[in-house]
Amino acid sequence: MSTDQTQQATRCLVAKVGLDGHDRGAHVIARAFRDAGFEVIYSGLHRAPEEIVQAAVQEDVDVLGISILSGAHNTLVPKVIEGLRSYDAFEDTLIVVGGIIPDEDTAELKELGVAEVFGPGTSINETVAFVREHAGPE
Amino acid sequence: MSERHLSAEYTDLYNRILTGDHSALARAITRIENRTPGHRELLSALYDHTGSATVLGVTGSPGAGKSTLVDKLVGQYRARDETVGVVAVDPSSPYTGGSVLGDRIRMNSTAGDMDVFVRSMSARGQLGGLSTATADAVKALDAFGKDRIIVETVGAGQNEVDIVETAETVVVVVQPGSGDDVQLLKAGILEIGDIFVVNKADMDEAAGTVAELEAMVHMDEPAPAGVASGHHAPERPGTDPGDAGADAEDGWTPPVIQTVGTTGVGVDKLRRAVDAHREHLVDSGERKRRRQQRAETEIRRLLQHDLAVLADQTAESKGGTDSLARAVARGESDPYQVVDELVGPLEAAVCDTAATQKQDDGE
Repeated sequence: MSTDQTQQATRCLVAKVGLDGHDRGAHVIARAFRDAGFEVIYSGLHRAPEEIVQAAVQEDVDVLGISILSGAHNTLVPKVIEGLRSYDAFEDTLIVVGGIIPDEDTAELKELGVAEVFGPGTSINETVAFVREHAGPE
Repeated sequence: MSERHLSAEYTDLYNRILTGDHSALARAITRIENRTPGHRELLSALYDHTGSATVLGVTGSPGAGKSTLVDKLVGQYRARDETVGVVAVDPSSPYTGGSVLGDRIRMNSTAGDMDVFVRSMSARGQLGGLSTATADAVKALDAFGKDRIIVETVGAGQNEVDIVETAETVVVVVQPGSGDDVQLLKAGILEIGDIFVVNKADMDEAAGTVAELEAMVHMDEPAPAGVASGHHAPERPGTDPGDAGADAEDGWTPPVIQTVGTTGVGVDKLRRAVDAHREHLVDSGERKRRRQQRAETEIRRLLQHDLAVLADQTAESKGGTDSLARAVARGESDPYQVVDELVGPLEAAVCDTAATQKQDDGE
């Protein structure tokens, strides 16, 4: 039907996981995603991996952006991915990581299933363009 | 409609929802929100399984503490082993359509507990679309088997009023000492409240706000007929909300409850008031009546939506509104004639059907 178009929107969860208390970057990203027309759910600070998984599954997000500046990414990101797998939600979720991630860890994270890692200095436009290209409503 | 009409994909979702699969529930709600073709058949199949949940609407101005309060209330329900679904509605930008859905941040105390299913929603596209999506998401949660469903939304306009009206019990949350709240009450939110909550009751202005609300609530009642109890003096905050003015015309006077969302003070009172209201709805037959009223609203909404689609299709079949408008601009026709010509055949078809129906009934 001509006007009964589906009303899709890209849904994103911007997540802060672990004990890292710096969320300026996450706020900037949340705002940029909003301005790009996405529906953004922000997790708030200090979330456990299980909480992120719960939110990602329930909100059925297309994109999960994890912000980590504490250096605990090698511990926390695998837990989130494992959790998503257990709910059969890994395949259709684009996972991106932002923060301070050493180059040698980036390869490992990508191996695990992270689509891209955005370090300091990445432009907002680049991040938004990446999400636009790789994720979208089903 | 039964599940026989569903596609293989939707049949799978349907079965998984009824067996308690949370990711299937999440995906079904996405389809409801996206209005993916087939979602209506799914809802139709699920409809049979709805009706057992208690649906609570929570509304109030931004910053009144709705999410925090809902979080604490959910905690109480979980402590009683009840499963909960929350639909948190936030506005979206009229410019980009984007939104930041922040209610989830406040829903801390039950994080990680899958039996609390929180879903954030924002307005997309057409007017009225949000209230339809919200009502449908509530149905999915209900069919899934959630014991309690809470719909939370900013009370700012007609759309929001529609949203909370999907609920059996509506809680209006007000914060002390803000002129905006009086505006809120003026805007018609007062009429929809079954329970009023003055949150942040540890603030100095709380007592004044409570008194103001009490006055408004009691003004709505018919003049006390001699024996009416308790209405001349404001209800004390400590009074059992279940007793609150049970002698008003429709048998329910909205209690005014004080809470402090951050510490949880008064939340048990709110929970009891919600239960008391539910009991009242059941005992008075009001629950049945409201259910029918909601069904009527939904039928109208679906009908209007489908007819609007039909209208666009009709215009499209005659070359679209664009070319019709050009004809009017050229002076070849006028808008009334255009619409008459478009609707005429539809009208004739409707009359025909009605006549045939009458004939059939007559035989």
